[in-house]
Amino acid sequence: MQVWINGEQRELGDGARVRDALAALGAPENGVAVAVDGEVVPRAEWPSVALADGARIEVLTAVQGG
Amino acid sequence: MDETLLVGDRKIASRLIMGTGGATNLEILERALVASGTALTTVAMRRIDAATGTGVIDLLRRLGIEILPNTAGCRTAAEAVLTARLAREALDTDLVKLEVVADERTLLPDPIELLDAAEQLVDDGFTVLPYTNDDPVLARKLEGVGCAAVMPLGSPIGTGLGIRNPHNIEMIVEQAGVPVVLDAGIGTASEAAQAMELGCDAVLLATAVTRAGDPERMAHAMRLAVEAGRAARMAGRIPRRYWAQASSPALDA
Repeated sequence: MQVWINGEQRELGDGARVRDALAALGAPENGVAVAVDGEVVPRAEWPSVALADGARIEVLTAVQGG
Repeated sequence: MDETLLVGDRKIASRLIMGTGGATNLEILERALVASGTALTTVAMRRIDAATGTGVIDLLRRLGIEILPNTAGCRTAAEAVLTARLAREALDTDLVKLEVVADERTLLPDPIELLDAAEQLVDDGFTVLPYTNDDPVLARKLEGVGCAAVMPLGSPIGTGLGIRNPHNIEMIVEQAGVPVVLDAGIGTASEAAQAMELGCDAVLLATAVTRAGDPERMAHAMRLAVEAGRAARMAGRIPRRYWAQASSPALDA
């Protein structure tokens, strides 16, 4: 299925979970946060929350700023 | 003299709060942060980039500096609330520097969206430090909805124009029951000292240090300025007089 991760379209296997999207991006699991379709998905739910086809996933971390 | 800044139930061991924006690289940033003596430092939340990873978090944790995530770039209350929640999740902190700006040209806070976001975040359990206009009425309303501090600007972000309306800052200080942090506009050390002399509890700055010719040296200057300004405020300055007053005894006639 197709999802959008940080604005880029990616192919994930059917039944993919939030954690699979992080792995596809090569992102670390610490120091990041994930929103799916505008809602925060808590870390504890990354292994269980399934992604829908066309889901928009944002993976954020802290950068220099302010 | 109590040097500890209390924000909500947190004790912050410095009255100079630093930002990390604008530093050329992490090594220069590290030297500046150490020279500043800061105990609390802001970061922004952005899409992760494989090249930089979580470098700035790692640096701040290694230096033992508490992280204050901001909502820079947000234009609406809804965006700011989502960004704050992502920051809480990523950084495991309930602190947030709430920024909701109206436009790119001025980067001035949008007061209506700011107050709305502040109320939502307080209700959601955040310790909210709002970046606000130098408006005593708005500052009072932000405190009223439960913000742990108010952070009025001296002048627009990144301008280095100093404190354009010192009287407004004094009025905010006079009525505030929470710490007042002068945030934005500081260009050089005398302006940081002035903020503290006006009665601010702390100063937050980034550009003045990170884009200075020698960031490490300017960070040290800012540390001294904040300490000096605070000491002068606590000492109580002399009243201003119109005419001279001799400081030596009169000659015997």
